Amino acid sequence: MIKTKADIAIRVHADVMDVRLPCEIDHHSAVRVRRMIDESICAHRPKTLRIDASGVDFMDSSGLGLLMGRLSLMKKLKGELILSHPSPAALRMVRLAGMERIITIETNK
Amino acid sequence: MASYSVGDCSRRGLIVRNEINIKLPSLSVNEGMARAAVAAFCVQADPSATELADIKCAVSEAVTNCIVHAYRDTIGEIQLRVRIYNEGLVNIEIKDRGCGIEDVRRAREPLYTTDAEGERSGMGFTVMENFCDGVRVTSRPGKGTTVTLTKRLQDRFSAT
Repeated sequence: MIKTKADIAIRVHADVMDVRLPCEIDHHSAVRVRRMIDESICAHRPKTLRIDASGVDFMDSSGLGLLMGRLSLMKKLKGELILSHPSPAALRMVRLAGMERIITIETNK
Repeated sequence: MASYSVGDCSRRGLIVRNEINIKLPSLSVNEGMARAAVAAFCVQADPSATELADIKCAVSEAVTNCIVHAYRDTIGEIQLRVRIYNEGLVNIEIKDRGCGIEDVRRAREPLYTTDAEGERSGMGFTVMENFCDGVRVTSRPGKGTTVTLTKRLQDRFSAT
């Protein structure tokens, strides 16, 4: 299967699971992204879920639901969620919901 | 530019410059198409990149509400009407004939959702309110809901 920017990419090494979100996160795409992430979490039981949102050109509130859901799942598994390099579109949505207070955000700056 | 006036807005001195109507079935695959179509139409009103992103996001929320809530267990028709007025005013109407909203005030509260297991954030109306200048919701249980979004585009040439 060819991986493009439009598609999700998941990589697991040791107890870290890296997920790169596709460029558009809406209700339609979030359903599939959620299923793929959760299947991989159940299979690998990572300590850290790192979600790379650097390539997200569009995100609506479905993306917030996706992040909140994964945060509570990782908490249940006594793990952590890191939001890595969120794009302006992703960060704007996270800030609107005040999620930057409850989620670990990793940036270069 | 030729203009045509429609309905009550001519009373407020507003002139409709252009209008599109889109009908689509409430399939989630249509969410991206709906916001892209509205955004493409709005480009002629010369929005900034941020304003265009605001419009896309707000439309996406309203259309998703139709799919997830109004037509929860069925597929129905969503009607979109976009009007561009003079003075940079954009008006977007998203209409369904779905289940309607019992308590509109409650539905508009941040984090309120009736769809807990579906992982909805309950932020749909909050996003619309933050990204638009006006959000009007009219709903009748059993009959349907109409959301009207108003966005006032900044005129970047009559600078401050």
